[in-house]
Amino acid sequence: MMTQNENLIHFLFRLGDNSLILGQRLAEWCSKGPTLEEDVALTNISLDNFGQARMIFSHLAEVENNRKTEDDYAFRRNEREFYNALIVERPIGHFGDTIARSFLFDAFQYHFYKELTKSNNEFLAALAAKSLKEVQYHVRHSGEWVVRLGDGTEESKEKIQKSINDLWEYTGDMFTTDAKIDALTNDGIAPDYNLIKENWVKTVEEVLYRATLKKPEDSYMQNGSLEGRHSEFLGHLLGDMQYLQRAYPNAEW
Amino acid sequence: MKNSSEIKLTVDEIWGILDTIPDPEVPAISIVELGVIRKVKIENNTVTVNITPTYSGCPATERFKQDIRDFLKIAGIDNVELIMQYSPAWTTNWLTDKAKEKLREYGIAPPIEGTEDKGFLFQSGPKVVACVKCNSENTEVTSQFGSTACKALYKCNDCLEPFEYFKCI
Repeated sequence: MMTQNENLIHFLFRLGDNSLILGQRLAEWCSKGPTLEEDVALTNISLDNFGQARMIFSHLAEVENNRKTEDDYAFRRNEREFYNALIVERPIGHFGDTIARSFLFDAFQYHFYKELTKSNNEFLAALAAKSLKEVQYHVRHSGEWVVRLGDGTEESKEKIQKSINDLWEYTGDMFTTDAKIDALTNDGIAPDYNLIKENWVKTVEEVLYRATLKKPEDSYMQNGSLEGRHSEFLGHLLGDMQYLQRAYPNAEW
Repeated sequence: MKNSSEIKLTVDEIWGILDTIPDPEVPAISIVELGVIRKVKIENNTVTVNITPTYSGCPATERFKQDIRDFLKIAGIDNVELIMQYSPAWTTNWLTDKAKEKLREYGIAPPIEGTEDKGFLFQSGPKVVACVKCNSENTEVTSQFGSTACKALYKCNDCLEPFEYFKCI
């Protein structure tokens, strides 16, 4: 029998890992952006995600009675112990791939946090109110780029359409819940994922329409992230992100 | 031996000390003027300061937490507790009018109140940010993200000056 506290811990891992892994992916653009402004924008958004992850992991540490620290959660877990949605661990690819992933996920994150502000868990409601302000700028940034690339040149349109198509099978996993999260939703702690999905579809349709792009057909959707099953890419990402703490445990700046 | 010297300052005097600490990224204004200090309390010979960060990932937060400890230590206060208070979330509305004027003088266009966009996806309606150099309203946004997450990049189409705008959140 799961207690609501264990369910909350599971939910916090899901949230924290989503932000942490996307933050790490966006940080890969540091000094490699197509323009200086984009380099700065992508790394700023990365930083917002790291900030959100830190808030969540330091709260998680409190919920777990301070047996671990936020750094333990980030640097000393293996890939099977990560619960981020599959879409955030996809490699950065070219700029269009990064923009497409960011847009599909930012739109989810926006509607997710919007619903989470109504949570009756005080921490989650505060986290959501704060993060929503930041994510609003993220989704506007990625959404405007989807329009610019889609309604751009023949080449940019072809590329961004392919990026959206390739990522589509990973979008279903963002909305997946399990018994633990459902229990939290029933108690008004976690949001209603069906509602988030409805709103997400509307946002995606609006942006793709403006971008003169086609919304892919729903077919097979990848899943498994809530049980810690991931693509090979997460392991490589962690190898990079965790190297220092693994090679020199407890190293401090 | 643990320092247990009694705190001789009042809460107001401590606010005064905090008001001399410059924001690490926009040194023209103090961290009090920025609105991140929410509460100061003296109890059991300890000074407790509640801090609300601007953006959750703002690297300046770590810096001014250290500055608070350093500045209070100089004033003879060793027992300092810093509490991160996330609710209510920081908003640009907490910037004082004096702070906004200082921002403009420093070369950063201050946030224009009431212009948080309602339509979240695409900027709704024209938002006029006057040039900090020539005051022209013929300006355009070049990027929503500037040198820090809290600022956007603008360009003046008349005097061609590039400048930063402190975004509303």
